Amino acid sequence: MSTTLKNLTLKVWRQTGPDSKGHFESHTIDEITDEASFLEMLDILNERLISEGKEAVVFDHDCREGICGTCSLMINGQAHGPERGTATCQLHMRKFTSGDTIVIEPWRASAFPIVRDLMVDRSAFDRIVESGGFITAATGGAPDANLIPIPKPVADASMDAAQCIGCGACVAACPNGAANLFTAAKISHLNLLPQGQAERFSRVENMVETMDDYFGSCTNHGECEAACPKEISIDMIALMNADYRKAKVKNRKQLARS
Amino acid sequence: MTTLDSKIPAGPLADKWNNFKANEKLVNPANKRKFKVIVIGTGLAGASAAATLAELGYQVDAFTFHDSPRRAHSIAAQGGINAAKNYRGDGDSIHRLFYDTIKGGDFRSREANVHRLAEVSVDIIDQMVAQGVPFAREYGGMLDNRSFGGAQVSRTFYARGQTGQQLLLGAYQQLARQIGLGGVRLFNRTELVDVVNIDGRCAGVVVRDLMTGEISSHSAHAVVLATGGYGNVFFLSTNAMACNVTAAWRAHKRGAYFANPCYTQIHPTCIPQSDDFQSKLTLMSESLRNDGRVWVPKNAGDNRAAHLIPEDERDYYLERLYPSFGNLAPRDISSRAAKRAVDAGQGVGAKQNGVYLDFADAIGRLGKSVVAERYGNLFDMYERITGENPYEVPMRIYPASHYTMGGLWVDYELMTTIPGLYAAGEANFSDHGANRLGASALMQGLADGYFVLPYTISNYLAGWLNKSIPDTSHPEFARVEAEARDRYQRFAAVGGTRSPDWFHRELGKIIWDYCGMERSEAGLDKALSEIPALYEEFRKDLRVTGGTEGVNQTLEKAARVEDFFELGMLMCRDALDRRESCGGHFRSEYQTEDGEALRDDDNFAHVAAWEFTGDPMTPNRHVEDLVYEEVHFQTRSYK
Amino acid sequence: MAMSQTLQRGPVSGTATSRTTSRRPFLLDLYATAVGKKYVMAVTGIIGILFIIGHMVGNLKAYIGLVEEADGTMAYDLDVYAHFLRELLVPIVPHGYALWGLRLGLIAALVLHLHAAWSLTVLNRKARPVRYQSSRDYQVASFASRSMRMTGILVVLFIAWHLADLTWGWVNPGYEYGEVYRNLDASLSRLPVAILYIVANIALGTHLFHGIWSLFQSMGWNNPRFNRWRRGLATGIATIVVVGNVSFPIMTLAGVISHPSV
Repeated sequence: MSTTLKNLTLKVWRQTGPDSKGHFESHTIDEITDEASFLEMLDILNERLISEGKEAVVFDHDCREGICGTCSLMINGQAHGPERGTATCQLHMRKFTSGDTIVIEPWRASAFPIVRDLMVDRSAFDRIVESGGFITAATGGAPDANLIPIPKPVADASMDAAQCIGCGACVAACPNGAANLFTAAKISHLNLLPQGQAERFSRVENMVETMDDYFGSCTNHGECEAACPKEISIDMIALMNADYRKAKVKNRKQLARS
Repeated sequence: MTTLDSKIPAGPLADKWNNFKANEKLVNPANKRKFKVIVIGTGLAGASAAATLAELGYQVDAFTFHDSPRRAHSIAAQGGINAAKNYRGDGDSIHRLFYDTIKGGDFRSREANVHRLAEVSVDIIDQMVAQGVPFAREYGGMLDNRSFGGAQVSRTFYARGQTGQQLLLGAYQQLARQIGLGGVRLFNRTELVDVVNIDGRCAGVVVRDLMTGEISSHSAHAVVLATGGYGNVFFLSTNAMACNVTAAWRAHKRGAYFANPCYTQIHPTCIPQSDDFQSKLTLMSESLRNDGRVWVPKNAGDNRAAHLIPEDERDYYLERLYPSFGNLAPRDISSRAAKRAVDAGQGVGAKQNGVYLDFADAIGRLGKSVVAERYGNLFDMYERITGENPYEVPMRIYPASHYTMGGLWVDYELMTTIPGLYAAGEANFSDHGANRLGASALMQGLADGYFVLPYTISNYLAGWLNKSIPDTSHPEFARVEAEARDRYQRFAAVGGTRSPDWFHRELGKIIWDYCGMERSEAGLDKALSEIPALYEEFRKDLRVTGGTEGVNQTLEKAARVEDFFELGMLMCRDALDRRESCGGHFRSEYQTEDGEALRDDDNFAHVAAWEFTGDPMTPNRHVEDLVYEEVHFQTRSYK
Repeated sequence: MAMSQTLQRGPVSGTATSRTTSRRPFLLDLYATAVGKKYVMAVTGIIGILFIIGHMVGNLKAYIGLVEEADGTMAYDLDVYAHFLRELLVPIVPHGYALWGLRLGLIAALVLHLHAAWSLTVLNRKARPVRYQSSRDYQVASFASRSMRMTGILVVLFIAWHLADLTWGWVNPGYEYGEVYRNLDASLSRLPVAILYIVANIALGTHLFHGIWSLFQSMGWNNPRFNRWRRGLATGIATIVVVGNVSFPIMTLAGVISHPSV
């Protein structure tokens, strides 16, 4: 049964543009049912702001079922808030108690410039994928899907990596602003599969080096794994590191031969 | 009333697609780069079309209103994708998939299109596996299949409960590759606001940059709309928050016919609304009905906790009404049964707006660990959202808007009634008739984008080789741009008291009540008087704070809501004029004695394609007769 | 490097073709990326760990005290060991050369470790130029992982002092070249110095606790079967090093290590 939370104080980051200076703005929520989702609480706040003639708080969100990866938010110092394995959109108010102060900040990283208020631009992730996060397979030329058997554990491991929703929580949570978990998940998804072997080493080389253009470095804190709504393991990062090292050696040999 | 030319190729049904491919006009590789194609939307259909067209050598501009192409709502599909692979050896074939789809659609879809869909379904699986989609496998390494509603074979391929995500990522990665190579130019956070026609053909689009508010024009040889469905017209639906009808509606207002808007699918197993400001409904996979039993208290208003209601005071109504299918009755039938129970006051939960889906028997029979293994992630999600533990108390479920079978009318080549303007995926009306089978939406999106559009578009483009097309300096672009600017200025300047969301919610209530799971003439008449009144209020009392420059989500929403208003009117009009019940369209006046849908094949075996006249209340109805050469009409029965 | 990204609008295309493809020589190429620098951190870290363990084990000879040499004279075993190190590989190489070889290797490892750490720190600062304005609530990052920079700096400063104390003798009262046991006692008998050694070794242990676990990740040595042993290995080595090294100042103060001339 639902209960009502009272007297919540929200401190919401407001910033008009990428280069302007931002600040926290305080709002109180007198009453809200704990059935509400966190984003619905922000919806209610925005309705109120509009009724007062003020501009609504800008924040990214879309599917609200934890799969599209559009929502973000640093809530009380935690990426996606206090519930493990959960994106902000599936966080519900029952995780909070009456009288709480809730601080909401955007993801912060130089690769994720703030667009406005709580909305950031995560295009750098797309640049990483564009540099190698695919298998080249022209439409129409594919062999029968059952031609190459893939052991179930391999398919499962690939799926574990492929679950990444690209939300950027790993970068947000990382004390260094590193994107290693994202990049490693994208690489491992394809590098584990037989179909991905042809481009395995050029993929890891290109993607790691593109990642370097935008993000910080991994120092193995493990915060990314804890923040990941899909609980992707940092083992993926180790896999990526191993493949990158191999790529540096193997590609040299191939170049020498050709 | 004009007759629409669906351009179905000649020959026997099974040869039509091959005949088309053998006779279509092609563009040679060196000439392809002379053509520019605009693709709006980057979901399954859009991303796969953009990637394939670029790979073929066309210049492609892809637009998404998301920050990344990968966010499109195709990503949320859970269950799987159908294909007539017959890997199980259980009697599946292209013909059987074709027939199941026609029957599932209640004999309201176009035979030739559906057969083509079944044919290319096989290629889709090959293609997606080659691209690295990690479909579920058996221990021997072969692909696994599961069964789904409306079929007697196991033909559904899946990737855990995230098949849509994996397929979209597959298509997105192909798109990303083309962006990286320079074959596609990607415009993110850019929304289509109008379509520009010059000399009787689609000449391009006008778009709005959602980050800066800037409105600009883009010209092309052809434009593809792959912009999804309009389920959010109900406000509460399982669609993502940003899903909207704007692209299709703007095209409709510029001359594209809109087909069968009243065909909407209501999914029976969603988590019921918990409060008045709820923003969306969450789908729980249909697979839960394999082991859960649906029931409500026999006595209306019985608000005892579930475990206090004795067996003989429970009504397992699906098992009672449909003994052979029981809890696995098709979506539309289960949904209506739930609605009747709730309308009769037997609803459960604090708001009495749901029915129970009870796993107590399954847990008793199989043990908690087996149930957890099968449905653990769904149970966890349910508990996150409701705070109730479904291992201990029954889940509460209720139907919600999920998918729209209606959409822009397209011919066999996926071209709308505007030459050069194509519609693909959920945005068109083509393949599902009056009801879509589970795991067929992903199939259709990818079929359109990978295997249909890349063939059919050259048939049109070939005719434009070495002919000049107007660029964006043509005055028509400037005129449409100015209209778009005025429109956004108007929203910002109304200065009323209500937010766009408020109007959207009120509109959704009307549509849900009168044009939802069950429709009646009286109800639809009422809706057709209430919607215009609310629309009038919208025009006078809207309040959009902030300006037209920079990010303004309230302004974006206002424009989308306005389009929903006009679509809502058309939906109700279509539902009113279709005096029969079929698939997702159930008219209370047209039912059998035991409450099942009653089709009228003599008068309504056709597609209703609506033409915009300037006034959304008085559209023109055109008809495309559905001619069945292979299949014979049957009454669906799941008793 | 496009590190300070600002908001850009307009179409995106050809992003993979615009990447620079010129390659430097293999090692430099590897070192150019953050992942490559982490290999260097890991490999030089392994060198450091091996040295630290060897150094600690060698120093345990202080507890053996006086031993009788082949010529019948009595000498402290620690001093004998120090002499042995200088005589290592003689006559293949002249006196002291092998030791210098090892020293140069260690110096190179330390320099590389420091350079990689410094450049990664700079990179990480650039990756988040504007800090979070509210306080962070870390979930799993340990004190050790978040204080690597501090413990590292402490260890480097300590190494400098340690060399000045026991290698060069600048801060060692009555320093005698070659009389390692005497110098050790002379230094650690001073309470503040003993405390300094204890604090520095705890910092070193903390550094190792994260570093040893972390190097498996950085090197990509990952096998789910063995992963849970990594934490145990890191804790074990860190504990042994700290206990061994901290025992010296404590035992000196307690009078177990005691030279008659001090």
